[in-house]
Amino acid sequence: MSHPTGARINTDLLRPLLLTSWRFYVLAGVFGAIVLLGLVSWFTQMTLGFGISGIRWPVYWGFYVTNFVFWIGISHAGTLISAILRLVNAGWRRPVTRCAEVITVFALMIGAMFPLIHLGRPWLAFWLFPYPSERLIWPNFRSPLVWDFFAINTYLTGSVLFLFLPMIPDFAVVRDKSTGLRRRIYGALALGWRGTPKQWHRLESAMQIMAIAIIPVAVSVHTIVSFDFSMAPVPMWQTTIFGPYFVAGAIFSGIAGLLIAMAVLRKFLHLEDYLHPVHFENLGKLLLVMALLWGYFVFNERLVTYYGNGPAEMTVFRQTQNGPYAPLYWTMVVGNFVLPLILMGIRRFRTITGCVIASIGVIVGMWLERFLIIVPSLGNKYLPYSFGTYAPQPVEIIITIATFAAMALLYVLFAKFIPIISIWELKAGEHPSPELIPPATEEHRLGDLHL
Amino acid sequence: MPRWGMAVDLDSCTGCGACVTACRAENNISTVGDEQASLGRAKHWIRVERYWEGDFPDVRLKFRPVMCQQCNNAPCEPVCPTYASHHTEDGLNAQVYNRCIGTRYCANACPYNVRFFNFFNPSWEKPLHLQLNPDVSLREVGVMEKCTFCVQRIKATGIQAKAEGRAVRDGEIQPACAQACPPRALVFGDLEDPDSEVSRLSASPRGAALLEDLGTRPNVTYLPRLSQAI
Repeated sequence: MSHPTGARINTDLLRPLLLTSWRFYVLAGVFGAIVLLGLVSWFTQMTLGFGISGIRWPVYWGFYVTNFVFWIGISHAGTLISAILRLVNAGWRRPVTRCAEVITVFALMIGAMFPLIHLGRPWLAFWLFPYPSERLIWPNFRSPLVWDFFAINTYLTGSVLFLFLPMIPDFAVVRDKSTGLRRRIYGALALGWRGTPKQWHRLESAMQIMAIAIIPVAVSVHTIVSFDFSMAPVPMWQTTIFGPYFVAGAIFSGIAGLLIAMAVLRKFLHLEDYLHPVHFENLGKLLLVMALLWGYFVFNERLVTYYGNGPAEMTVFRQTQNGPYAPLYWTMVVGNFVLPLILMGIRRFRTITGCVIASIGVIVGMWLERFLIIVPSLGNKYLPYSFGTYAPQPVEIIITIATFAAMALLYVLFAKFIPIISIWELKAGEHPSPELIPPATEEHRLGDLHL
Repeated sequence: MPRWGMAVDLDSCTGCGACVTACRAENNISTVGDEQASLGRAKHWIRVERYWEGDFPDVRLKFRPVMCQQCNNAPCEPVCPTYASHHTEDGLNAQVYNRCIGTRYCANACPYNVRFFNFFNPSWEKPLHLQLNPDVSLREVGVMEKCTFCVQRIKATGIQAKAEGRAVRDGEIQPACAQACPPRALVFGDLEDPDSEVSRLSASPRGAALLEDLGTRPNVTYLPRLSQAI
């Protein structure tokens, strides 16, 4: 395990910015084409009518709301994990935080698209905004969808700030290493950063405040997303466990998303010297803890329903346990619980490959979890005469795939234009020799950054 | 202020479906075609649910007309982000089509599944397009719709009564379904008026609300079937 030092950190981490290989164009082109296809599908849906989707009476929410909850869940990877790791001052976090925070911002942007995509009349979506209208009509503040609007906007604003703050010194590094237009752009982004002790001090204070503020926001966001379900009198939705269950599931899928992103970055950007197996192992342990927590919540939810034995709840329960949704349900249990438990619980398997396999299982499992919360409940609601089912149509499948492509595209573009690993944090943490670190406060020289 | 309600006598209901047809004609409910209907996209503001009880040959068939229950504690209302689904002063669950943006949250929250979504712009098979009711607005794609208790008739009768300087008489307002019901299984009226027929029927010891334990407090009362004939 080699530790790169100052000048090499700059070269390694700035290489993707300064040199463009043909691979970048291929990747951006392929992902961009898929995203474009998704946009075309959405406009087709708006033009021809919502009927080209698979939504039908009485299952009025399907793939779109599943994707919404899924992506908002993925967004809990970053900011929350990075904020916790910063607050406990875990030294190993330094190369991980930025790729995590970026996931948050992009996943939130993608997730926030779905409430628009799934609207019957998306061109009127601005009615969800509390803008002063001359007719004095406000949105209905009792509706969990309006709470969503506020929660997601707060989280997105906070996450963007939390991502941007530690990028400022790195923008300055790029500015100093480049010329021409690039120098002007990064110079503007660096906000006049010169690395004076006063600036370092302010940056630290700001990041400390953001790290503390973002944690309750992150918890509240997914609790409110869970309220979309638990506030409606629908069997298996109306349960008090949904808040913490959703938050745990969100962090769970977020860690899995982060592990996959890190493995891909390590491979394609040749960051083997920065993202070490120990990073994967540590996050793998976190994945194991979350798998156990998820299993605990599911066990609670299922056992209590089974003992309560309410007829409406048991109808939905049987649909997923041994009815038509059982194959999906048990795939979810294997992906979310059995697989991570085996791969992350046994040290021999807690390798980079093991982490990636477990993470893919978790991503699939958590997507299915959201689907299985939404569709069986809506399709088996109280009156047996009105039971129904749902089958996704091409437009929904294409848009779902396009969101994954959008995530990849945004990530590729980000890694192209911004150092995906925080340069100054790496230097401050691991190389306390004065010549290698940015001109900084005494704390930096001691390598003891209180963040 | 009146509180509009309905009593449904399941002993009288023969399951003929006249209410369903009358409702479609009165309320400009668009037809969606065979293919869409088979997908489950037909819009039935009122439907006649059929339940079979017992094992062959000892089978009993039960009918239950189900329309919007006009709940006093309606789950559809608080979840709507734009107030498209809201409560009127006379106890109706109003759906403001113009304000609806189509989150479909109301339909998910409704335990009775009586809310319907417009998956496409409305269309009618000829010659049905010639019989549209001018008193009822059409609903465009992306909007939820549901039973209104024929609010256009309630309003028209109220205006007429006011012009004549009198109160609305019991039985004067007839929603299309109640008007069309041959055995008069559907009875509509003011629940605040203790002498109205609907009040009398709703107070019957037979009376029960659909899914009463959910606490939605519907304005529709069902009188369960007691007769044994098939």
